[in-house]
Amino acid sequence: MEMTLITSLNQKAKQTRKDILEMIAAAASGHPGGSLSATDIIVTLYYHKMNHNPKNPKWPDRDRFVLSKGHCCPALYSVLARSGYFPVSKLNGLRKIGSMLQGHPNMKSTPGIEMSTGSLGQGLSVANGIALAGKLDKKSYNVYCMVGCGESQEGQIWEAAMTAAHYKLDNIIGIQDNNRLQIDGFTDCVKCIDPITEKWRAFGWHAIEINGHDFNEIIAALDEADKIKNKPTMIVANTIKGKGISFMEDKVGWHGKAPSKEQLKEALEELR
Amino acid sequence: MSDQKATRDGYGKGLVEIGKDKKVVALDADLSESTRSAWFKEKYPDRFFDIGIAEADMIGTAAGLAACGKIVFASTFAVFATGRTYDQIRASVAYNKLNVRIIGSHAGLLTGEDGASHQSLEDISLMRSLPNMTVIQPADFIEAKKAVLASLTYKGPIYLRTGRTKLPVIFNEDHKFRIGLGIVLKKGTDATIFATGTLVHEALKAHEALKEQKINVNIVNIHTIKPIDKELIIKLAKETKAIVTAEDHNIIGGLGSAVAEVLSENMPCIIERIGVKDKFGESGKSEELYEKYGLTAESIIKAVKKVMKKKVE
Repeated sequence: MEMTLITSLNQKAKQTRKDILEMIAAAASGHPGGSLSATDIIVTLYYHKMNHNPKNPKWPDRDRFVLSKGHCCPALYSVLARSGYFPVSKLNGLRKIGSMLQGHPNMKSTPGIEMSTGSLGQGLSVANGIALAGKLDKKSYNVYCMVGCGESQEGQIWEAAMTAAHYKLDNIIGIQDNNRLQIDGFTDCVKCIDPITEKWRAFGWHAIEINGHDFNEIIAALDEADKIKNKPTMIVANTIKGKGISFMEDKVGWHGKAPSKEQLKEALEELR
Repeated sequence: MSDQKATRDGYGKGLVEIGKDKKVVALDADLSESTRSAWFKEKYPDRFFDIGIAEADMIGTAAGLAACGKIVFASTFAVFATGRTYDQIRASVAYNKLNVRIIGSHAGLLTGEDGASHQSLEDISLMRSLPNMTVIQPADFIEAKKAVLASLTYKGPIYLRTGRTKLPVIFNEDHKFRIGLGIVLKKGTDATIFATGTLVHEALKAHEALKEQKINVNIVNIHTIKPIDKELIIKLAKETKAIVTAEDHNIIGGLGSAVAEVLSENMPCIIERIGVKDKFGESGKSEELYEKYGLTAESIIKAVKKVMKKKVE
């Protein structure tokens, strides 16, 4: 049974990676590196963990996902389309004029997007607001929020970290996509964020460090978060930027660049 | 002598009144006593959240609550409510047209002794340039309260600018307030004064003094700076052909700019703008600062005479 789940998630992740590369190649711009590092987590959330209903995106009891690192939306768009929020054919409209799929997520144009993001550092505060509303309305939904590692250089992330701990928001589950790279280079060189897991703990969070590409570890961490009461949980997911495509892995140059026709062909070969 | 009350008090009263509605949630950034959101906290503690000295986080939290159907009032000093949080308001609130009401209290030179760091003179300009944003500055306690009541059913984000200092209460409970509609307080034929907030009071003083000199002017209270009452501005410009604007704000980007934009495209006309002349303020009593920076009835009178003279020429 467990094997079937992991096999299925693996297949979904491959499909998502394929979509990401095709979308970005068709748009001739976008952010493949972070989309690929976030893929396995987003796949696990939407295809396994979250309570959601693509036929009723505004279902009041749904779990919510806020992609604070909004530039990695191709991964989310693929998962939303293939879950049934909108037709898969829309994916090739990414970043094109008049398209529902904006360069960064827009809750007004895309079904399933909970909050417009793109300006880094803001998503966790928004997730707190959604979590507070859940508490006020006595709803049992969870709010999942993915933040980047470079993004945690934004001061607002830590303002929000304090708010979540202060109001004991155990319905907040953060996932930090710790791929260690940002536009100008390794986070260690640009501005060190370590010790990141200890930082979350010091801010009053339950923190779990995992391999963000191991489905067993992702599932176990998400399940552990459900059991934590009176404090928020942060899953620090160690990931590889560009994961799954050998020539993109750990390469800063693939943060925000579209693959050429030849590179796309090569990448898709690797995903077969 | 009429009652003296601050517009921030009108905000506090109004917020408590609409607090009956469970969708109403209030946030503050450690200034709840000053902004008067504390009055709501006292009555509805479960729906009040102090976010601490973290204005950006407060706006993001407000956006999240509003995305879940809450009507969220987020208050702090105007300078922090709009300047420190501009990107959060832009990306999380205005872009999504969420029902967040941003309350900027202690606005303008009226703030007085705290000095330039705390005297917001750019907030209207900042908020006015954001798509989907409505900008309101009430002229007295009653109007502030009415604005809060009206905001309960209004769709989209609002910036509400309030002040610390007590001002005469010029309206009564029957005051007809509608977002977007200017109010003609005095009628005249020689010139029109469009004023907002505290400067409405200075304009009324100017009206009295001018009347004694046989000069009759329209006094219009523009409480909603965006969307501005275009029809009223064009109509009164056509009738009087001489315009003065008055506000406790930088002359760049505020009421004066908004009126000038309407006039230049529809009814080019002689105009003088009373406001802070692209400067920072300083410490002092509000009345001393108003005197020094020319935000007085005397400045308005001079401006009226100037536009009337130009009109004849």
